[in-house]
Amino acid sequence: MADHILLPLPLLLPLIFAAIGMVFYKNRTAQRTIAITGSILQLGAAGWLFSRIWSEEIIVAQLGNWAAPFGISIVGDTFSGIMVLSVALTGFAIFIYSLADIDKKREHFGYYPALNLLTMAVNGTLLTGDIFNMFVWFELMLISAFMLLSLGNTRKQLEGTVKYVVINLFSSAIFLAGVGLLYGITGSLNMADVAVKLEAFDNPGLITTISMLFLVSFGLKAAVFPLFFWLPSSYHTPPVAISAFFAGILTKVAIYVMARFYTLIFIQDVGYTHTILLWIGGLTMVIGVLGAAAQYEFRKILSIHIVSQIGYMVMGIALFTPMALLGTVFFVVNQIFVKMNLFLISGVANRLGGSFELKELGGIYRNYPWLGVLFLISAFSLAGFPPLSGFWAKFTLVYAGLEIGAWVIIGVALAVSILTLFSMVKIWAFAFWKALPEGHEANTSDYTKRISTRDLVYLVAPIVLLAGLTVIIGVFPEFLYEVSERAANQLMGRTDYIEAVLRP
Amino acid sequence: MEILLSIIVGVLFAASIYLMLKRSLVRVVIGVLILSNAVNLSIFTMGRLTRGAPPLIGADATVAEAGVANALPQALILTAIVIGFGLFAFALVLIYRYYLETKNLRSDEMNDAETPVGSLLATDQNKEAN
Repeated sequence: MADHILLPLPLLLPLIFAAIGMVFYKNRTAQRTIAITGSILQLGAAGWLFSRIWSEEIIVAQLGNWAAPFGISIVGDTFSGIMVLSVALTGFAIFIYSLADIDKKREHFGYYPALNLLTMAVNGTLLTGDIFNMFVWFELMLISAFMLLSLGNTRKQLEGTVKYVVINLFSSAIFLAGVGLLYGITGSLNMADVAVKLEAFDNPGLITTISMLFLVSFGLKAAVFPLFFWLPSSYHTPPVAISAFFAGILTKVAIYVMARFYTLIFIQDVGYTHTILLWIGGLTMVIGVLGAAAQYEFRKILSIHIVSQIGYMVMGIALFTPMALLGTVFFVVNQIFVKMNLFLISGVANRLGGSFELKELGGIYRNYPWLGVLFLISAFSLAGFPPLSGFWAKFTLVYAGLEIGAWVIIGVALAVSILTLFSMVKIWAFAFWKALPEGHEANTSDYTKRISTRDLVYLVAPIVLLAGLTVIIGVFPEFLYEVSERAANQLMGRTDYIEAVLRP
Repeated sequence: MEILLSIIVGVLFAASIYLMLKRSLVRVVIGVLILSNAVNLSIFTMGRLTRGAPPLIGADATVAEAGVANALPQALILTAIVIGFGLFAFALVLIYRYYLETKNLRSDEMNDAETPVGSLLATDQNKEAN
């Protein structure tokens, strides 16, 4: 019975705090206090949920006490548990960062409630065990994301939002069509029940067709090759706090959903679907990293790098062994922290150096060596240097590839790793290492003209927190490794999930 | 009846894709609207189309008799219509705002947030032009 309260808690808390925040929309201080309190409570709830999942393996709540498959099930297994925990942790970091990064006007137009609602929708997608319910959570995620992207109405933001909106509405329609067709052939919407009923369905071609519809939809949301073009043209437009949250979490949620569908439901024709996934993964890695090599804007480099990293996660799903899925889970969690942190650092570099353009930046390391260290930790983790967390993420994936002799994809992954390092070194050399360009009027050595010390603390504290996590995961990877191992085993041994959900 | 509706769904899909490939943003948004209607119609067809057989379950039975339409897909599209309507309203307001800001409704001229091709080749010239 306790699960019936605990599982919806990560959905209810953000909703409640968004509602309270909207009531006090005129009062800036009240909104900030409510938002921070909410995210601390959310962190507590997520931690509690995760510890419960850790001791119980898979926990299920049937909403309204309608037995599965008739009602909506909320399911927490290790993968969704660690994702909810990471979202709560990074959400806390983003809320603190927002205190200094989001201007008064945006706060008055409901920035904090919108971010809370986005958190709710993300948690809903992670925890739901019902396909149509997942569609509704996706739509909620979209509408809050639309609002956050367009908040402020600048030219660039509106343009980025138009592209984001059109492509995402298309992707939702495709998803809905897939849901409808799946319901048409199985007569069920509960994911566990659909998985069971598809086993008895004797037309694998039809299932593969439907799985491709879902692949296009999730691919658009996760920004895989060749469906990623909306991402580099929208993610760099909003304020840093918003793009950091998007970059860290939204695409990874799509990867989570993809991992769930392609281990639980669509495993009839693994040879066909997962080979397509493998091609997509490899091409996504290469195209993303090459795109980043051509860019000279801090946030654009990072945005298009998201695409490249998504490729690694898809590769783990495509290899479809316990070790590979372990790598994917590890990689997703690691990426949430690292990618978000790099975006946050780009915001601080902009505040201190006065630009996002690498050519106009310079001398940050000379004036602020601590920022250089924080950047290096995240950048090297992204590229996969030991002993940082990214090393273990890539190591497990490559090891999984070695186990089954997938030489080509390993070669691609390792080559892309080196190119990733090239992009990171480019940022380092341009923004941190080189001298300030001549004729640059900004006096970067004295930050007090640009930003108050209190704001700087708000900006830097979350970065230190996330960088610390990267180092801790890197030096003591056993814990996250164990979590990922258990998550991967639950994904592969899908009968546990099905039995837990359908247990009367 | 199913065949007729299937053909209509196909035509609607084709029309929406055609509209979404247009350069005018208004047509693109209308294409999205038609697409969501096409999807709704296909789900509606999935729940069987029957006449004169209300989906009622007898007092002493647990399942409906054979030959009645499934009511659940209709509940699903009701939800989907409401969500689609809300998102469509947002999209309309968004392109209106975008038009007010830029006086532009052509998708091939939306290049503010993109990296200009020239800047990758010759950044200095570009800077002077700015």
